[in-house]
Amino acid sequence: MEQQVTDQSKNYKVIGSRPVRHDGEDKVTGRAQYGADVSFRDQLWGAVLRSPHAHAKIKSIDTSAALAMPGVKAIITGADMPKLDDKTTRSVEGIENQRYMVERVMAGDKALFKGHPIAAVAATDRFLAEEAANAIKVEYEVLPAVINPVDALKPDAPLVLGEISSVTLGEKSRKETNLVSQTRFEQGNVDEAFSTAEIIVEREFDTKTVHQGYIEPHNATALYRSDGQVTIWTSTQGGFPNREGTAAILQVPLSKVKVVPMEIGGGFGGKIPVYLEPVAAVLSRATGHPVKLIMSRADEFQSSGPASSTHIKVKVGAKKDGTLVAADSQLVYEGGCYPNVYAATGAMCIYSPYKLENARVDAFDVLTNTPKVAAYRAPSAPQAMFAMESCLDEIAQQLEMDPLEFRLMNAVDEGDRRVDGMKFPRIGFKETLQAAMNSDHYKSAPPSGPCQGRGTSVGFWFNAGMSSSATVAMNLDGTASVVTGSVDIGGQRASLAMIAAEVLGLRADEVRPSVADTDSVGHTDVTGGSRTTYATGTAVHKAAEAVKAELFKRAAKLWDVPVEEVVFDDGAFHHKGASKGDDIKPMTTRQLGQKLARTGGPVSASASVNANRGVGAGFGVHIADVEVDPETGKTTILRYTAVQDVGTAIHPSYVEGQIQGGVVQGIGWALNEEYVHDDQGRMVNTGFLDYRMPTMYDVPNIETIIVEVPNPGHPFGVRGVGETPIVPPLGTIHNAIARATGVRLRSLPMSPPKVVKALQEQGVAAQLVAAST
Amino acid sequence: MATKNIVTAVVNGNETTMMVDNRMSLLDALRESAGLTGAKEGCLSGDCGACSVIVNGKLVDSCLVMAREVEGATIETVEGMARGAALHPLQQQFLDKAALQCGICTPGFLVAAKALLEKNPDPSDEEIRYWLAGNLCRCTGYDKILQAVKGAAAEMRTSK
Repeated sequence: MEQQVTDQSKNYKVIGSRPVRHDGEDKVTGRAQYGADVSFRDQLWGAVLRSPHAHAKIKSIDTSAALAMPGVKAIITGADMPKLDDKTTRSVEGIENQRYMVERVMAGDKALFKGHPIAAVAATDRFLAEEAANAIKVEYEVLPAVINPVDALKPDAPLVLGEISSVTLGEKSRKETNLVSQTRFEQGNVDEAFSTAEIIVEREFDTKTVHQGYIEPHNATALYRSDGQVTIWTSTQGGFPNREGTAAILQVPLSKVKVVPMEIGGGFGGKIPVYLEPVAAVLSRATGHPVKLIMSRADEFQSSGPASSTHIKVKVGAKKDGTLVAADSQLVYEGGCYPNVYAATGAMCIYSPYKLENARVDAFDVLTNTPKVAAYRAPSAPQAMFAMESCLDEIAQQLEMDPLEFRLMNAVDEGDRRVDGMKFPRIGFKETLQAAMNSDHYKSAPPSGPCQGRGTSVGFWFNAGMSSSATVAMNLDGTASVVTGSVDIGGQRASLAMIAAEVLGLRADEVRPSVADTDSVGHTDVTGGSRTTYATGTAVHKAAEAVKAELFKRAAKLWDVPVEEVVFDDGAFHHKGASKGDDIKPMTTRQLGQKLARTGGPVSASASVNANRGVGAGFGVHIADVEVDPETGKTTILRYTAVQDVGTAIHPSYVEGQIQGGVVQGIGWALNEEYVHDDQGRMVNTGFLDYRMPTMYDVPNIETIIVEVPNPGHPFGVRGVGETPIVPPLGTIHNAIARATGVRLRSLPMSPPKVVKALQEQGVAAQLVAAST
Repeated sequence: MATKNIVTAVVNGNETTMMVDNRMSLLDALRESAGLTGAKEGCLSGDCGACSVIVNGKLVDSCLVMAREVEGATIETVEGMARGAALHPLQQQFLDKAALQCGICTPGFLVAAKALLEKNPDPSDEEIRYWLAGNLCRCTGYDKILQAVKGAAAEMRTSK
C-alpha cells in the first residue's frame, strides 16, 4: 500500500506524475550497455592477484613463469605504479594521502587486508589472465592482523600503517597508532544535566561489517593511447570524480582522461572509489590494447569498500515526563586500512532528531586490517542511530509512554541545532512522526500472539548538495533535451527530464534526458548523498529557466510586443498587454519552438551549480511487526511501514521504490548480513550464499507513506530520498524483537543463532517456546 | 592453446553458432560468442540469478551451465522476449510499475518470471516470492517486481 501526504498548494503538471522512464525499454530488453558489456575486437582481459593474508610484508614477487605463458602480454605490480610521497590531496573520498590512494589499488611493500591487489595481468583471454595471475609467485612474511576496531585501539595491537598522522580532540601529531582521530562534538553542560535526570539508560552495542551488495560487480575497460590520452569505460557513481581519482593515481592532467560512465548496476556508495580503472589503464599503457577487468563476487566482498563494523556506547538521561535532558556517547568505527572519517560522520547523526541542549559524543576512527571502508547509503548513520534508538525505546518502555509520542515530545524543529553546531532549516520531522502515528498500521492493534511485537525507530540523514552541471536545449520541433553529468542509478533521467518539462511546459516524454561522459558536460559530482534530483535538478531547473527566458524574448519578437507583455500560463505563451489588441493567439512551447530558426536561431543554456546551500535534511519513521520463532531464532516480518519526508516527490513510483529498497537493505543489515572472519583475520563467507542478503521470499511488502514538506532550498521543494530509508530499519526491527521476546540483543545481525543464544542467556527460551506451542 | 569447439543452438528462435572454449559457461558463450549481453554476470556461482535463461524449457543460471552442454538446445534469453516491436507483457509491466531501478537484475527477473507464468498462469503472492527467491535485487525491495509479475499474469490470462 502506498500513500502520499502532499502539499497541494502548488499545481504541478508533470511533477508528481508517473511517466515511464526514458531508459526503461533498453533495460527490459537487454539492450542497455552496462560496463561489462563494453567490448573491443583487440581487447585484452585483465586479472588481479590478491593477497591471501590479512597483513603481510611482501618480500618478493616473481612474475617470470606467468610472463612466459603464451598470450600473456603484461604483468604489473606496485613497482609499476607512480611513486608518490606522503602528501594530502583532494580525492573522490575527501582529503587523502596520495601514497595511500596508489597503494590502495596496488599494494606497496605490505598487504594490508586479505584481497589487497598485489599484481595484475593482461592476457588474450579471461581464463588465461586468471591462470597467469595464479602463476605469479609471491613470498610473504605474514604479520599479526587486527580486524576489530576495539582491539585495534589496545596498546599491544598490530600497527596497520605504522606511524601515521593522528588527531586527538584537535591536536595533530605523528605517532605509531591505529587511531586516526578522536573527534568530539559537545554542547551545553552534559555532566550537570545528567544530575537532573530521573531515568538514565546506558548501553553498549555491536554491529558487523556489511557490504552494499550491488548485483553488478565493479568493472573497467581502459585504453591508454601512446599520445598520453586515456579513455575509460566503467561502472561508476560519477564519471567526473572517477576521472579525478584515476588521474591523481596516474599523475596525468584531467584533460588527458575521458571517463565514459556506462549504465551502472547499483552502487549505494560502493562505486564511488576507484579500484580497477588505474590498473586497467596501466595495463593498457603497457600493452597498447584496451584492457578489461571485472571483479569476482569474492573480490567484491574482500577488496572493495564495505561499511564499518562498530562498537558504540550510549548514555541517555530523561525526566519522568519523557523530556530528554542529556546524552553522552562513544562511537568506535572500523575504518579499514587507510584513514577516513566515518565515525565522525556517525557522531554528527546520532542525536540529530532530538532536542538535546546538553549532549556530547566522541568518535573514534580506527585503522584495521580490512579493506578501506566506503560509503554505504547514509554512511555511518544506521549504526549510530540503531544504538540511540534502542536506548530511547527502552526509556519509553520504562516510562510506559507511546514510543512515537515520546519522540514527538523531543523532536527537533526549524532553528534547533545539531550537536555539531549546524542549525536546521525547515524540516518535516514532526509531520513525519504525526503521519506515522496516524497511519493505518500504527493505529491497528500491535500483534499480540506469542513472540510477536511491534517496533519503531526514527532515522535522519543530512542529504548532500555538492556540484552539478546540466545543459538544456530546445530542439527545432519544440521538444527539448537535457544533458547532465549525473549517472542514472535508479531513475534520475526521468526525474531530471520531468523538472525541465515542468519549467518548459512540455510533457515528460517530450524531453530527452541523457548522461554525458566527462568530455561533454561540466563537472558533476557523484550520484550519491541523495543529491541528484535535488542538486542536478537545481542545475537543470536553472538551465531550463534560462531557456525559457529566451523563449519569452522570441515570442515578443514574433508578436512584435515588449517582452514584459509575454506571460507563460498553462503550458503556453500568451500576450497580455496594452501594446496590441487581444487577437494574438497563444503559442505552446512546442509551437514556439518550431519558430526558433526564424527568430534568431537555436536556444540552449547550460548551468553549473554548487548546491551546498539549500540542502534539506530527510527524516524517516518506521514501524515493524515481527514474530520470533524461539526455537530456531528466525524473525519473520509480519508488516512493515516506512514514512518519510521527501520534500517533493518528483516521480512518486521511484520515491516509493527508493524507500522500499532502502528498507530491505536495512532488514538485511538487521537480521542476516555480516562479514565472518577466521582467526587469521580472513573473511570466509565471500559469496551470496553465505553472505545472506534478503531475497523476495524473506520480506513482506514494504508499505510507504510519502510526506511532502517542501525544502525551501530547492525550486520545487526536493530534499532527496534514497539514503534516509536505510537508517531506521536496524532500530525498528531490534525494538520489535525486544518487545516480542523481552530480550534486547544490542548486537547485529540478529541472526537466528544469536537470537536463540540471547533467549537462552536471558533464561526465557524455554518459557517462550512453551508459550508458542 | 585452449581447445575450441563449435556449438550450435537455437537461441531466441535463430540457429546460432558459437565458438567456445572448454572452460566457458553458457553465460560466457552468450555474451562473448553470440554477442547477447542481456544476461548479466553477478556472482558466477548461481546465487544471484542475473544470468537466468531458459534452456529446453527449463529455467537455469547460465553461469552454471557449460557452453558445450547446449549443443542442439533451444535457448531463450531476455533478448527474445519481445515479439517484434511489441514488448512482452512482463516487460511492459516492469516499465509501467517502475519495477526496476538500476536494471542489472531485470533481465534475470524477466526470464525467471516468464518461466513461472508458463508453468503457473495464476500464481499467488507466496508462489511468486518463492519462485523468484533465486533472483537477487538490491534496489527495489521487491514489491514493485511482485506487482509487475501479478499485473502481467492477469494481462496474459485475459488475452488468452
